[in-house]
Amino acid sequence: MMGVSVPVHRGRFGAEQAERLLWRAGFGPAPGQARRLARKGLRRAVVSLTRPRGNARLRGPAPHDEDGLPLAPRDAWGHDHLWWLDRMVRSDQPLVERMTLVWHDWFATADVGQVSLNLKQNELFRKRGLGSFKELLLAVTVDPAMLVWLSGNQNEAGAPNENYGRELMELFTLGAGNGYSEDDVREQARALTGWTNDWDDNLGMVDFRFDPERHDSGRKRIFGQAGRFDWRDSCRLCVEHPAHAGFFVERLWSYFIPTPPPKRTLRELKRRYRREGRIRPLVEAILMHPALYEGPRMVKPPIVQIAGMLRARRAGIETDSWTWIADEAGQRLFRPPNVAGWDEERWLDTARIGGRWTAAAWNTRENEVDEDAYDPTETAEQAVRKALRFWGSPTISARTRKELQRFARRVEAVATDEWQQGTYRALRQNALRMLVVMSPELQTS
Amino acid sequence: MSGRCGCREFTRAELARRSLAEAGKGLPAIEPGMPAPAGTGLTRRSLLVRGGALALSVYGASLLRPRALLEGIAEAAGSQGRVLVSVFLEGGIDSLSVLAPVADDTYRRMRPALRLAPGDGPTWTEDPRLQWHPAAAPLHQLHGEGKVTVFPAIGYSNADQSHFTSRHYWEVGELSVRANTGWLGRLLDVVGSNDNPLQGLSLDGSLSPSLATARVPVAATWGPRYDLWAPGVWGEVEDLMFETFSRLGVTAEGSRDKQLSGAGRVVRQAGTLRSQLQAFSGEIDSPVAYPDDEHFSESLAGLAAMLDAGMPITVASVGAPGAYDTHDEQASTLGQDLAQTCATLLAFQRDLEARGLDDRVLTMVWSEFGRRPEENGEGSSAGTDHGAGGCAFLIGTPARGTMVGEWPGLGTLDEDDNLRSTSDFRAAYCSLLEQWFGVDADAVIPGAGGFARPALIG
Repeated sequence: MMGVSVPVHRGRFGAEQAERLLWRAGFGPAPGQARRLARKGLRRAVVSLTRPRGNARLRGPAPHDEDGLPLAPRDAWGHDHLWWLDRMVRSDQPLVERMTLVWHDWFATADVGQVSLNLKQNELFRKRGLGSFKELLLAVTVDPAMLVWLSGNQNEAGAPNENYGRELMELFTLGAGNGYSEDDVREQARALTGWTNDWDDNLGMVDFRFDPERHDSGRKRIFGQAGRFDWRDSCRLCVEHPAHAGFFVERLWSYFIPTPPPKRTLRELKRRYRREGRIRPLVEAILMHPALYEGPRMVKPPIVQIAGMLRARRAGIETDSWTWIADEAGQRLFRPPNVAGWDEERWLDTARIGGRWTAAAWNTRENEVDEDAYDPTETAEQAVRKALRFWGSPTISARTRKELQRFARRVEAVATDEWQQGTYRALRQNALRMLVVMSPELQTS
Repeated sequence: MSGRCGCREFTRAELARRSLAEAGKGLPAIEPGMPAPAGTGLTRRSLLVRGGALALSVYGASLLRPRALLEGIAEAAGSQGRVLVSVFLEGGIDSLSVLAPVADDTYRRMRPALRLAPGDGPTWTEDPRLQWHPAAAPLHQLHGEGKVTVFPAIGYSNADQSHFTSRHYWEVGELSVRANTGWLGRLLDVVGSNDNPLQGLSLDGSLSPSLATARVPVAATWGPRYDLWAPGVWGEVEDLMFETFSRLGVTAEGSRDKQLSGAGRVVRQAGTLRSQLQAFSGEIDSPVAYPDDEHFSESLAGLAAMLDAGMPITVASVGAPGAYDTHDEQASTLGQDLAQTCATLLAFQRDLEARGLDDRVLTMVWSEFGRRPEENGEGSSAGTDHGAGGCAFLIGTPARGTMVGEWPGLGTLDEDDNLRSTSDFRAAYCSLLEQWFGVDADAVIPGAGGFARPALIG
């Protein structure tokens, strides 16, 4: 068969495009990073993200809580969130963290009451997030947090629990009602029986394992095939299902590009996925696709926006407040709203804009310029440039710049008294920093 | 809130159960009789406020000052719409304390420590076997004026005794763990508009699951406030900043780029909401005095002021102060919480009356279940465990003021030794939808045809 290749972006790949790539594939640029990445050219830039060498290094100030103490992700409330947010801010392998976030949403598991299990699952996503999807699916299916979350540990012969079997098809591999029946749900549940764990009064849930005694070893009929299927077959049958490749490619694509893949691209990506079953080459093809650079902007997920603000300032985690602020903004890590994950169509509404505003304010506070000693001669243009520098000089459109400069000039117009010359310019700078990062443009990339 | 039965204790099992439930995916089968976990549902804390990509488009790109804006809203919305306020008593209030069968021998035997004595509170005129808790005297007062419809034993058959499951049922208006829109949200999907988030207002800082819609936007605020605070910005510069914020929204909204345009709409909408609610962010000037209990009274006082200003609100939701999961030391906490709640509800009703709004506002007070008739523990530490049938109230000038479902007595309890219910919450919802909002209940409550329609209004 003739291989039709997936289109690759041939247009300009400058700092602006690199900036978009860093937002879509990571958590936004640190100051100067987009320009450096652009110099590599598109292909090398993408590969530098998708094939990082060695272990990730965390750069920048180490995280601490409100009292200056190190984080305790397993024990302290909200520190699981802070721990991961810190990695998003500081890791030199941003795509690895971003893929971890993709899988956290895809296999959305909220707090199962034993944070160590959620952290372990998080590590699984980090480790396997760019390899074989089938391997990832197998690992997730028997991952302790998932076993608790979707009742895999309650699913036993004679009393099958359909929870995981249903979501396995509906949310993880095929899509709702896409090529399976209610009978398949019941039979999948039987195939998946057998996993259990013990309870330890000190340690909680321990010793997750497959117990053949609890497994229904009888024949099952799934997708028209019959056999003495077990949990491995369950996963395999889903991945081999004709509807899977399309579901997989379109869902993966949707994390990076807001418009659906063009038909030929979809066809070729499906073919490639069926052939290799691997995640990394697909992510690379998506990140090099013209639709990413030439297509519409995309709303940044709240946690990406929050991590990005800190990265832009080269700031670290210095307060526990990032947990509730992220919650307000609509994305607290380890707390997806349900097993379907976050609703990417609904990242923005009045309450969540309020949360993003709070996040911005927590960046500017304590960095406010001095009202009593501010340059009374600063021009509107200088003021806007300075505010942009505060956020690492992101690209903004001429229209947004014009609006910011208009504001800056109007402040000068109302600063009629002598004392207001410096003071109002200071307030103007504080306000401009909020306006820059809260502009609709910078809610998107 | 710590409980003898362990329901609020942070044991690992309980934590697992709670966190799963909070994540809105139903409940794991840790306790017998719980429904199987479901993959959908509602988040308590961080449920997204639906429909944020929509906007108050009636105001177009205008950047009116708050006063003009208020007038515009009053005109756009018409200030005559009917309103339902949902007040939730979290934890499962002990209905046998709110309306106590003080002379009943079974009651006296089952409640040696917690029983109220004849004469402690006013008698309930509709059924003199029952007596109001002294702290509920404000309800007695309003009931005497014909403004309270009492449900002395409301619930549903085979009551679930999990806080989360039962509350979820009440919120979604059906006995389904998979439902993911609230019954009031679905009402708004029928009668609401695509561009008015204020129509469904959650006043507790996050969307009340009852108000989760599938289609139309709703808003969440903390009390009457929607403050956006910018460090080191004040006065004229702050005004100009917010004007620019809205302008940035308007500019982006005009973009052909759909995502940018959507972000612009929400930014403009946020700017608008802030202006709308700015007038209520300071001291609320109420015509009546409210009890000094901060959030609840501030929310209701703010709500009355907003309605008075013509804000287009159809349903609002707020949690009552206090903790009603009284597994122990019930006597000391319940009275206090109930007193605060009832006094504020009375003030709210008087506020509405003073403002001439009382003919268009009803307040529904509900809890996820009642409590076990037989008390646990001894003396001052005595409390009650989760029960089934509980109480609810519909307050307001338009309320019919006659009880729905009779008092079932303690002679025959259900199979878990709990109070039987004599009215179904879904029947009450159907009646509210049809009699108050003029909406066919079939469009909102699954299986509406199977429920009675108690007369609630007039």
